[in-house]
Amino acid sequence: MNAIRLTDVTLGYDRHPAVHHIDGHFEDGSMTAVIGPNGAGKSTLLKGIMGLLPPLTGAITLDGATCGDIAYLPQQADIDREFPLSVLDVVLLGAWKWTGPFGGATRAMRQQAEEALRAVGLEGFGKRQIAALSAGQRQRMLFARLLLQDCRVILLDEPFTAIDARTTADLLALVNHWHEERRTIIAVLHDFVQVRRNFPQTLLLARETIGWGATAEVLTAENLLAAQNMCEAGDDRAPPCRRSAS
Amino acid sequence: MMADIFLDPFTHFEFMRRALIACLALALGSGPVGVFLVLRRMSLVGDALSHAIMPGAAAGFLIAGLSLPAMSLGGFVAGLCVALLSGIVTRLTRQREDASFAAFYLMSLAAGVLIVSMRGSNVDLMHVLFGTILAVDDLSLLLVAGIASVSTLLFSLIYRPLVVECFDPGFLRSVHGRGSVYHMAFLVIVVLNLVAGFQALGTLMAVGLMMLPAAASRFWAREVWSLGLLSIALAFLSGYAGLVISFRHNLPSGPAIVLFAGAIYVFSFVFGSNGGLIGALLPRRHLQA
Repeated sequence: MNAIRLTDVTLGYDRHPAVHHIDGHFEDGSMTAVIGPNGAGKSTLLKGIMGLLPPLTGAITLDGATCGDIAYLPQQADIDREFPLSVLDVVLLGAWKWTGPFGGATRAMRQQAEEALRAVGLEGFGKRQIAALSAGQRQRMLFARLLLQDCRVILLDEPFTAIDARTTADLLALVNHWHEERRTIIAVLHDFVQVRRNFPQTLLLARETIGWGATAEVLTAENLLAAQNMCEAGDDRAPPCRRSAS
Repeated sequence: MMADIFLDPFTHFEFMRRALIACLALALGSGPVGVFLVLRRMSLVGDALSHAIMPGAAAGFLIAGLSLPAMSLGGFVAGLCVALLSGIVTRLTRQREDASFAAFYLMSLAAGVLIVSMRGSNVDLMHVLFGTILAVDDLSLLLVAGIASVSTLLFSLIYRPLVVECFDPGFLRSVHGRGSVYHMAFLVIVVLNLVAGFQALGTLMAVGLMMLPAAASRFWAREVWSLGLLSIALAFLSGYAGLVISFRHNLPSGPAIVLFAGAIYVFSFVFGSNGGLIGALLPRRHLQA
């Protein structure tokens, strides 16, 4: 069964493609690392899957899954770190599926949130302000929110960038646990060693697909060189793309 | 006697009682709104919107004379137009919100100056623009209280999505779809509160009761809800103290209220427990962990 299918997908900004004519699928319960150089379209692809960016061509189909079944962890820079909220309140946002924008949080949800904090190693941090957290603690908190969201599909955009080894190991253990629970995981990563050790599947992206499949077969010297030679999009004199959907 | 100074104006004079109630309503409405403007780094947007409201109020005055409903409606429509147009430009083009707000409020302000000049200098109109809280009558009291009620209800309804939209817009979009509708609802609430304030304080002073208590409470409170409550309290305190001072010393009430709020702000940034100046200049011994 395919959780997410990409059919001739092009995503981009201002007519410039960031992801160019991609075909393929993420299987249900698979764990895929998305790697590639900066500007290769990795984050753009996640945004496309989340439905935050409509495709310029092609279609992204979620098999049986609705938008509420996908949890998304954006890059760190996207949240306001100084915002006056407590850690517990942020984790409780993970219960949005049940509370909606207006409903209250039940005692059971609070307990779940406390448990999630324990699971990410932040026990007793519930009352603290998020402004007081370190980068690693903040990422642990956001993982606790993912735990509460309890989604079939989990998208992680550079979850371990600027995070120390111990926190990364703890959070990777959580990701592996999700994999054992047969959730579908797609993570944008930069550390090849980490990918080889933990991720069975890899999508090597350089605006177009360079390789997609078992990690050992995709992460070859040849493929990596090809990805490195990608030139970033943005040439205003580039002619319109004539490739049509096959 | 202390009571003479602090209570007598209100026990003896009905217009002072009305002014005090108007201040309470304004504080309830504007306090939390100001907090969110500060948190969204939109402090100057309140100012821009208050300038935007002016031509609408002036146009209402030209058409219907010194009629509060007409001027309020005019101000509301003008403020809403500027908020919506800037919102649309920000969402549809690459222009940032501060630039699009500046563009539209300047057009609105210029139109306002033009409209005012067509009537020459007019004392009544100056009252409208600079406020006369001591002339609050039943109708305007109802208007201010009504707006405060609607604003508080609307605000509590959109509170959570609004918090999330400020703090983590990507998350809101991933669980709920676009958050723009809450942003626009928030701007409508800002405009409503500025319209409520213009009769009492004037279009330009109304924003003072909104922003100063909110900015001051940031030096004391640490969470969104406590910021909101504190800024309501500080706004009401400013209203009360400003009225007493203006009564005692025969000063215009609007500026007295806003200046008192300003004094609270200065006190807060010097003595505030949450990042105040004294705390920064006199570091205490650090802790072990």
